[in-house]
Amino acid sequence: MLHTLAVGRARYALARSIRNAQSSTARLLSTTNARSEKVEIFINNKPVMAEQGEAVIQACEQAGIDIPRFCYHDRLAVAGNCRMCLVEMERSPKPVASCAIPVTAGLKIHTDTPLVHKAREGVMEFLLANHPLDCPICDQGGECDLQDQSMRYGGDRGRFYEPAGKRAVENKNLGPLVKTEMTRCIQCTRCVRFANEVAGAPELGTTGRGNDMQIGTYVEKVLATEMSGNIIDLCPVGALTSKPYSFTARPWELKKTESIDVMDGIGSNIRVDSRGTEVMRILPRLNEDVNTEWISDKTRFAYDGLKRQRLTAPLIRQGDKFVPATWQEALHAVADRLRTTNPAAMQAVAGGLADAESLVALKDLFNRLGSENLTLDGPRGEEAPVLGVDIRANYVLNTTLAGVEHADAVLLVGTNPRHEGAILNTRLRSAYLYNGLEVALVGPRMDLTYDYNHLGDDMSAIDAVFNKGHPFAQKLAAAKRPMVILGSGVAELPNGEYLYRRVADLVNQHKEKFFQPDWNGFNVFHRTAGRVAAMDIGFVPNGQSTHQQSPSSKFMYLLSADDIEPRSIPKDAFVVYQGHHGDVGAHYADVILPGAAYTEKTSTFVNTEGRTQMTRAAVNPPMSAREDWKVIRALSEVAGIPLPYEDLPTLRGRMHEISPTLTRFDTAEPCFFAQLGIDQLAAKTAGAKAGGKSPIPRVVTDYYLTNPITRASSIMAKCSAVFTKAKTDAEALEVSKQAHA
Amino acid sequence: MYARLGQILLRSARAPLTARRSQPAVVRSAQAIRPFSVSPRQHSDKLFLHRDTPENNAKQTFEFDAEYTKKAKEIVAKYPSQYKKAAIIPLLHLAQKQLGWTSLGVMNTVARWCQVPPMRVYEVATFYTMFNRDPVGKYFVQVCTTTPCELCGSTGILEAIKSHLGIDVGETTADKMFTLVEVECAGACVNAPVLAINDDYYEDLTPKSVVQLLEALKKGSPPPPGPMNPDRKNCEPVGGLTSLTTEPTGPGFGVRDDL
Repeated sequence: MLHTLAVGRARYALARSIRNAQSSTARLLSTTNARSEKVEIFINNKPVMAEQGEAVIQACEQAGIDIPRFCYHDRLAVAGNCRMCLVEMERSPKPVASCAIPVTAGLKIHTDTPLVHKAREGVMEFLLANHPLDCPICDQGGECDLQDQSMRYGGDRGRFYEPAGKRAVENKNLGPLVKTEMTRCIQCTRCVRFANEVAGAPELGTTGRGNDMQIGTYVEKVLATEMSGNIIDLCPVGALTSKPYSFTARPWELKKTESIDVMDGIGSNIRVDSRGTEVMRILPRLNEDVNTEWISDKTRFAYDGLKRQRLTAPLIRQGDKFVPATWQEALHAVADRLRTTNPAAMQAVAGGLADAESLVALKDLFNRLGSENLTLDGPRGEEAPVLGVDIRANYVLNTTLAGVEHADAVLLVGTNPRHEGAILNTRLRSAYLYNGLEVALVGPRMDLTYDYNHLGDDMSAIDAVFNKGHPFAQKLAAAKRPMVILGSGVAELPNGEYLYRRVADLVNQHKEKFFQPDWNGFNVFHRTAGRVAAMDIGFVPNGQSTHQQSPSSKFMYLLSADDIEPRSIPKDAFVVYQGHHGDVGAHYADVILPGAAYTEKTSTFVNTEGRTQMTRAAVNPPMSAREDWKVIRALSEVAGIPLPYEDLPTLRGRMHEISPTLTRFDTAEPCFFAQLGIDQLAAKTAGAKAGGKSPIPRVVTDYYLTNPITRASSIMAKCSAVFTKAKTDAEALEVSKQAHA
Repeated sequence: MYARLGQILLRSARAPLTARRSQPAVVRSAQAIRPFSVSPRQHSDKLFLHRDTPENNAKQTFEFDAEYTKKAKEIVAKYPSQYKKAAIIPLLHLAQKQLGWTSLGVMNTVARWCQVPPMRVYEVATFYTMFNRDPVGKYFVQVCTTTPCELCGSTGILEAIKSHLGIDVGETTADKMFTLVEVECAGACVNAPVLAINDDYYEDLTPKSVVQLLEALKKGSPPPPGPMNPDRKNCEPVGGLTSLTTEPTGPGFGVRDDL
């Protein structure tokens, strides 16, 4: 499945590049459906079936023949400028670039002839003529395409003795994340194509020509996009490297652990590279259904927050000081309170970084004590969610991230996908560019990297979609695959019910289009990694919760709850904080139980699509910190009501009992009863009053500082100063220079 | 044992000595080894980065004036609305005509007219050498130094201009009157050596006549463009035609009478 998708993408890429070389927000006039006819071609005299129209390089790859390349990339438009992928094509007088030749029936390709070798060796010689010999001090060393391919195609000595020396190019200041060494650049333009096509940052381009051509922004400025880290991976040489990672490790000394990101609700697939007890860097991992092969900058660069502000030992508050304690002391202190507090006055609060295992354990513990006071952090987290958790289609991104690219009209309600989950925004941008997606937004105006119809920034603006004369209402009516995306912030709005009511009305109005056999256009987009699992498990206030009637909780258990509102914690409550960072939640605690961060535990997270994925422990938790579910299990033991699982398999068995989706990894189970869910929502919100004219606030005010890990990260702090706080390009550049110096 | 070895060594050492005396010596020195390539790398004399200067920065905006706005609208109207970017080069050319050079403000304005990100215009403007991204003097002196002109003495022309104006290639005189550049083939090889001043060609130059030309320009009375040699008319040979001197034959020439 993955394979065919990758091939399809390449074919689109080839078609795209022919039509639309460098547009940024301009979209295609027309898109034709790509042909998927299989034709026979001959590669090295062997017959191979390949899709008509795909690139020859892709057909060769499928046939198991490796073609060297620098500029070609599956997911980007074809540039055809590195000439490394030259192959011999029969009846062509010269070798041809296999990335730019579409497959046609009967094509005869030779990839291993003296001519091909000579051609590639010539190309390599020219590339190396201007490339510095600084591999020993280059961060790309060991994972450099040029280095690897020069092993095969490079000469064993140089022929160039230039009196004036090699070409030298001035370095660029692209911000606190991407380090440049432009002398190493081979002008493959992958970074330019990525910035323009995927990230929507048209300020990157090429200036000059010939030997003097260079990559840059012409007018000096930072590369302000939350996807900028990907150009580091794309760069086949050491021209663009990671600034925070620079000179810290070599790729061969790192332990690679395949894991899942928790910085947003996307659940990007990542690879955690660690050395000893330290996470050295985070790279994306290919998953066509989730993040393809991109990750956002927060995912990639927040890792240094894992080393700072960590809770390393249990702490007990004495007066206005936290005193380190043993686990025994801390657990006894908590268990004593657990036993003596009236269950009705107990409350557990789950945060956005809580994993499914610890949520299950904490819910089981509270249920065994006779309390149903399970709440979520953030505004209105103490109320039962309006969307309800009985029908799963009501709280996940039903269309799925990959499905977004097939949408042709989308209404964004109270969300900024660029900051709440940048991967979703790249998917929307892709649909905008190549699928004619029409976007409308209810909420604060922002730059989404594509054009949209801003309906207004207050709640009543949503009424426009019911006005038949409104252009977007007409587009929505004409759409074949419409979508509505409700931001997670809507649930936190004081009168958010109105938006739910209107969205339910809208979906019902076009129900035959929103609910098709292979399409569900109703979406709720969560911005934190732990929220969907909490809803799956039922870790939300319900009919039996009593904290609403008696709001003065005497015992509060904060599980990674850092977005908690201080006023929701009563003065006299005994507060336990379990988590990995000394952030907001820990400040209110009487006892702190140190937990593990996502790189330190094997745990389950459910992304906003409802896709269950597993993180894997790359390093050990620091000092006395322990995996979160184990802490709760130990607490239950001390409290005298031991939970019936002692290891992960039995705990996963318990999770399977609660919801089978929690143990079906890597798949997003399609949700049933979507129409019923909408009907319930419509019934529940039927009496909702009009939202009024007050503007909907921004949910994420600073993309780079959204959770305890990012708030502890110095890299994220620099990004915030440069990309969020700086008012002008010039100021951003100045701050970036200072941060680097 | 050692004595024998010594004899052998001596013998072998002596033999070349005698050989050298009898044969002409071949002198091999380190300097005489020819390198593979000796030509210096040719870099462009232009910078492909923007540097803020008092006259060229993002704050110095540019707008087409009334006359040029009309022309610009005509240009943009030629292209379909979704292909406005096709107008980048003609609009840059037009703006350079108005301002005299292509400032950052010009590029930003053209980007706005074509509805593309400014970087797309920067890419085009840096690619083409005839967009002057630095201010130029009132007279933009472009001396052709490609082979035919070079064979006809363009080096002397260039030297004459340099010494007369006191500037080097790529520089502007202090009074902002002249900017001197070297260009590749101006396409007027028939009357080499040539130079172009703004849009006018002055051909068949000599070091003397080029100085006269510059003086005339300084006075504000430029001579008519074309050959500077009074004996040459247009691109005809000096001193009149040497071939095709007779009247052209009329229609029906050389055709059978009965046709």
